[in-house]
Order: sequence, then C-alpha cells, then structure tokens
Amino acid sequence: MLQVKNITKHFSGVTALDNISLEFLPGQVHAIIGENGAGKSTLMKILSGVYTQYEGDIFYKGHKVHFSDPKAAQEKGISIIHQELNLVAGLSITENIFLGRELLTRIGLLNKAAMRQQASALLARLKLRVNPDTLVGDLKVGQQQVVEIAKALLVESEVIIMDEPSSAISESETTVLFDIIAGLKRDNKAVVYISHKLDELFKIADRYIVLRDGRLIEEGPMKGMQQEQLIQKMVGRDLQVLRRQAAETNTATIFSVEQLSLPRPGKTGSFILKDISFSVGKGEILGIFGLMGAGRTELLETIFGLHARRMTGLIKVKQQPVSFKNPYDAKKAGLALVPEDRKKDGLVPGLDVQTNIGLTTLSSMETMGWLSKRRETDLSQKYIRELHIKTASGRQLVKDLSGGNQQKIVLAKWLATQPVLLMLDEPTRGIDIHAKQEIYHLVRQLAGQGLGIIVVSSELPEILAIADRVLVMCEGKIKASLPIHEAAEEVLLKAAIPLTI
Amino acid sequence: MINIQEKKQYLRKFQSLIALFLLCVGISLFSDKFLTVTNAWNVMRQISVNICISVGMTLVVLTAGIDLSVGSVLAFCGAVTAGLIKHGIELPSANLYIEFTLTGGILAGVLIGAVLGWFNGWVITRFKVPPFVATLAMLTIARGLTMLWTNGFPITGLGSKFALMGTGWLLGIPVPVWISLLVVVIAILLTGKTKLGRYIYAIGGNESAARLSGIRINKVKMAVYAIAGCLAAVGGLIVTSRLDAAQPNAGTSYELDSIAAVVIGGTSLSGGRGSIAGTVLGAIIIGVLNNGLVLLNVSPFWQQVVKGGVILLAVIIDKSGTKESQ
Repeated sequence: MLQVKNITKHFSGVTALDNISLEFLPGQVHAIIGENGAGKSTLMKILSGVYTQYEGDIFYKGHKVHFSDPKAAQEKGISIIHQELNLVAGLSITENIFLGRELLTRIGLLNKAAMRQQASALLARLKLRVNPDTLVGDLKVGQQQVVEIAKALLVESEVIIMDEPSSAISESETTVLFDIIAGLKRDNKAVVYISHKLDELFKIADRYIVLRDGRLIEEGPMKGMQQEQLIQKMVGRDLQVLRRQAAETNTATIFSVEQLSLPRPGKTGSFILKDISFSVGKGEILGIFGLMGAGRTELLETIFGLHARRMTGLIKVKQQPVSFKNPYDAKKAGLALVPEDRKKDGLVPGLDVQTNIGLTTLSSMETMGWLSKRRETDLSQKYIRELHIKTASGRQLVKDLSGGNQQKIVLAKWLATQPVLLMLDEPTRGIDIHAKQEIYHLVRQLAGQGLGIIVVSSELPEILAIADRVLVMCEGKIKASLPIHEAAEEVLLKAAIPLTI
Repeated sequence: MINIQEKKQYLRKFQSLIALFLLCVGISLFSDKFLTVTNAWNVMRQISVNICISVGMTLVVLTAGIDLSVGSVLAFCGAVTAGLIKHGIELPSANLYIEFTLTGGILAGVLIGAVLGWFNGWVITRFKVPPFVATLAMLTIARGLTMLWTNGFPITGLGSKFALMGTGWLLGIPVPVWISLLVVVIAILLTGKTKLGRYIYAIGGNESAARLSGIRINKVKMAVYAIAGCLAAVGGLIVTSRLDAAQPNAGTSYELDSIAAVVIGGTSLSGGRGSIAGTVLGAIIIGVLNNGLVLLNVSPFWQQVVKGGVILLAVIIDKSGTKESQ
C-alpha cells in the first residue's frame, strides 16, 4: 500500500536517514523501533508531508507521490498522530475533528447538527463515551489521542502513523487504544506504531522494523521474536566504544539526594519523580541514562530549585542539608546546570560572547554598583582560551557561533561560578563528533580537578565514554545503579524501557 | 454529577454579570437618578460607539492580536464621510467635481475603514510585524491623514438627515443603540455559526494546529483586521453624526476603552478564549461605572483611576481562574 524506496535525508551535514526502503501493508501493524536519533521521527515526518525535501521516492497504492505539505498527505490518505497532539484546547471535540473541514449548510453557515452527528458516530466507533461538545482541553491525554484518531478516520486515512502514542497515557487507556488499533486492522488500514515500550509491541505489532543511525537494520514478522533479540538489534554497534577508566572510588560525598519526589500537578497519586536517592563524590562523574519521559531533565530542574514548592525530599551539599527556593539559591550553594536546550534556556542569543559568559557572576564584577568592563573581558578571554572557544572576539554575537562553541559558552558561564557540582543535560546534543570529543575531554578534566559532575544523556556511547557510575531512570524512578565496568549497553537499555504489563 | 471544578467554571461565566449587578445596586444606593429610563438610554447611547469598536477588537484579540489604531481610524473615516457629504471630491486642477449622496458618503467611510484595517492585517501577515507595532503605526498614520483631510478644522454642517444616525430615535430606542445592537447580533452569528468564526478561535487557541489543519491563517487575520477597521468607521459615523462635526481629534484614546471592555468581558489577550457577549457586558460595566461616577459627582480624574483599577481587577480574577483549571 505504502512503499518507500531509497529515502535519504540530510540535515546540514548530518545524515538522518540513509537509503531506507520499506513497505507498509494494509491490515498490519508495523512497529518501528530504534534508539533516540535512529531516524524514526524523521522518516514519519517525510511520510506525512512535514518534511518535503528528501532524496528517494514514496509510492502510494502503486503511484509515485510527493507531498507538498501535511494537508496534501492527509488528502491522499496518510495521517500522523504526533506525540505533541495538534488540537485546539478551547474548541470542542466536534470542532477539532472538523477543523479545516467544516460541513456547511446550503446558506454557508456551519452545519453544527451534521458535524455533531458524524462526530458522535466516530466517537462511538472508537468507544469514547464522551459528549462531543466537551472542550478538548478538559479531556485526559488518552481521550485527546482518541480525538486525533477520529480526525484521521474522518478523512478516511488508509495509513495511520502513531508516534509514541502510549507515552503519556495510563494502562487502562492503553488497553482501549489497542482495541482501537485492532479495529483499524480489521478495516484494512496500515498502522505504523513508534514506541519504546517493547512489551506493548509484542501485544499488537505484526511486523517489526529496526532503525539504527538512520539505516534500516532489519525488518520481519513479530511472531517468534524475543525482546532480547530486538534490543540487541537496536543497539549493536560496529564502532569501538571508548570506555572510561573509572576514577578512584571512595571519595568524599559532595552532593546527595534522598527520597526526592515530585508529584505531577493536577493528577493526585501520579509522580514525575519518585523516591530518587543517589550521591555524587568529589571528582566523580555520574551518568544518568533514560529514554524521553523518564524524568531526567525534571530531576536536574528539581535539584536546581525550579520546582521548589512541589518537591519533597532531602538535598545535601557537602553533607549539609539545603533548601533551594529558586536557582539563585542553588547557584549560591555551588550548583550549576547546563540545560538541555542551550538556545532556549542556556544563552541569550542576541547578546555577545562575553556578556553571556559573565551573566552568572556579575556581582563579582561590580564596584559600588558599576560594572567593570575590564573584569568582564578578562573573564571571557580566560574561558575562550581554556575551553578553546572558536570566536572572532568576545564581542561576537552568540547566535552566530556553532552549536559546539555555544555549548562551551554555557559551560564557561557556569564554570565561572566555581561550582561544587556541575550538572549537564544532554551536553552534546546537535554537536558534531569533533566537538563532542572536546567536550568529553573537558568534562574528564574538570572531574580530575575535583568537581562533582552529573551528565544526563540519552546516547549510550556518550554515557559509556565519560561516566564513572551510571544510573538508569525510567518513569520517574531509578531502575538501576551500576559502576561503569558493569554497564553494558543492553543492560542499560533494558532497564530504561518502561513496562506496561 | 457536577463536581467542584464544573461548579467553579459555571460561576465564572456569570462573574461579570454578578459584578454588574452589584455595581448597579451600589450606585443606586447613592444616587436616585441612576435607575431611571432616561439614564438607562443615556448609558446605552454613550457606550454604543465603544460597543462597535470593541466588537471588532474582540475578533482581533481572539486571534491573539491587538488593534491600537481604532481610535484614529474612527476619526479619519468620520472625517472622510463628513467631507464627502459636505463637499464631495473637488480637484479643480483636474476639473473633477464629484458630489456624494448621504449613502455614498457613508459607504465610502466604511470602505476606507475596511481598507485601513486590511492594510494592518497585510503588514502583520506579510511582513510579520507584531500587531502592537503595526497598529501603533497606523494609529499615528491615520491621525495624520485625518489632520491632512480636515486641515486641522472640524467639518460641520452635515445636514439633518445625517444627524439621525447619532441623535435620532426609532421605536423609542436611540438609533446608535440600534446600530450597536445590529453589529452585536451579526458578530455573534459570525463567531458562532460561520467557518470564519470557528477559524478565529482556532488560530488564537493554537495557531500551529490551525495551520496544520489547512486553515488559511493569513486570510483570516486580514479579514479580522479589516472588520475591525470597518467597525471603527461605523463608530466614527455615530460620533460625527452626534456632534454634527468631524473633529480632527475625535476618537483619541478610544482604543483603551475598547481594550478595557474586551478584557473585562473575559476575552484573553493571548487569544482563543472569549466572546462577543462578554465584551458587550464589559462595555456595559465600563459605561455604568462612568455614568455612576458622574452621577456621584466624582471628579473625571478619579474616573480614570477607578477604570484602570477595574481593568486590573478583572484580569487578575480571570487569570487566577484559569490557573486553577490547569
């Protein structure tokens, strides 16, 4: 029904997809598996018309097609349900289902009765017992997903792509979702299901497709496969992984967390983080591995004082209990956080290098209320030298620098505070291989100088390259804690995968 | 099976109405001239211009935009109509003398309003100029155009027929009230029963979802600003007719009153939430407030302070409501 041949996609130097050829059959559920960055989302975005520039061909029902935008793909019969749902919270279910496709009466006004009736029929078919006039914003996430599926059915899609549909819904809602998928199969639709939850896939998938580093590794019938085999295929690497020689153990604990929990707002009994406890020693690099949604970023944010009101638990810096009301307190106590999204949370892109580097330590640069330009320049020059930041001058605007150099600036900004604990969230995301190595080297150097470091990453090779110890997080809890010599890729990945059964 | 949340939502819809009720009760305790029929029509007539402008402003704000130019556009369109009715178009150099009928003049004024509004929308969508900046520029431009057109002097003596628009009575109800009523009814039909209305809410609620649903965002936005310009023109006609003069400085600060009405009426400045009915209620509250303060002999300067305070209060209460529902 839907066939792709030799699909290749580049993103400014990085190959996201490399010569992928696949076929999607009607009445079958195809599970697409792969690590973060394997190319799953990229492929789906090409299929659904979000990305329009690519090499290779798409054949739909035997004819070659090219989609100019998502609407064109929808009209042909390919719908995608994104992880971030595309609904308008302020409109009702009916209004959302018919958004852009409203039914009109003969005089051109909205035919609300007809739309409501069709919406009701669709909801009944999908077994969602909610009034179609309910505002989508008042629905639970699982119900919102069903509304998205209803949208896909309204346009009689033949291919329905679901991107991590069960990542934000409860067990019971997942059961309903599977019933719906079974119904779609009976209607001879082709379903493409992207998920990390391997045990779910065993329940509903007919075929598996494994992607790794943008390439098609293997595909075949799901029947007879074991979870271990799938994990092996997801992870198996040709490159030799550089492993860290673990630093000497038994150093003094400079930071620890006890029973840290963060409840989820709005849903009592549900937690973003539950009973997290760990410690970091002087000069130790703690790696935290986990998949998206595991709660790693939230953990760092909570430690840094961003969720002070909701969190419970104990944080100790240099064995003294501390209580942070905001990042300012955390900074004063000697913590530093290099955020995941450097452009959004780490830098002021419109300001220059030296202003950005000086941002955290301005109080040490002022005399009687006046800022000393000279001290600011000296500071930035120091770090430009030490971290080998490639910039024309301290006055260059940060947004004009490469990702790797931008990341070094964020790092410099925090090193200037002379922290006790440095937390890095996905420090090499979107950075080329050379800059990655530079940053790994820097991190090891800093640890050697006695800094405690936490590195959060979803890239296994990265964790293995720099961590002394690895924590694996899954669904807000710590599932495993291993010294580096015991941390094999398969073991880490298995611990990171959430269970739904 | 109504739980606490739903009860709260229900109450919120009526909070403006309750506020208005309390306000009326309060004022009537201090002034016996308040609860009279004459006074009631006074208030309705005074707010009729604001209602016209505010309806247009509501549509713009629903798309997460803003229109600061309505006051100036009101003045310019009023002046255009007045000038055309009185003098027509005279270009001696080109030997051009066009006389305008009353209807022609009115239509021309409304059309100019639509064009200026459409221009706002064009600048905002084509060049991605933030609505605040684009309409701020138009505020100045339209005021300048008004000065140019009127040469700085009021245009007066527009005839008794035209004066009907602002001073006439029909079936015991002032004509401006009829006009604003018509505008409100059409607007409620538009937002509730047409594709355009639906799209306005969708764009304000989640522009990227609207775009991915194939909605022509730019076309909708241009239409919305054009409507706002149109309605500003209608307001201008009422003002000009009532004063029997097109004043060069008419409409100054009218945009503030209209934003106040929109905000008090519960429409969110970030778009996607709100209603025409809410805005009308907001305009009535402001009108009653103004009226009450005058009847109580409060200095007009205090009126400013009170009005500002009420706007703040309304938004704070509204914001605290939404936070809970999340």
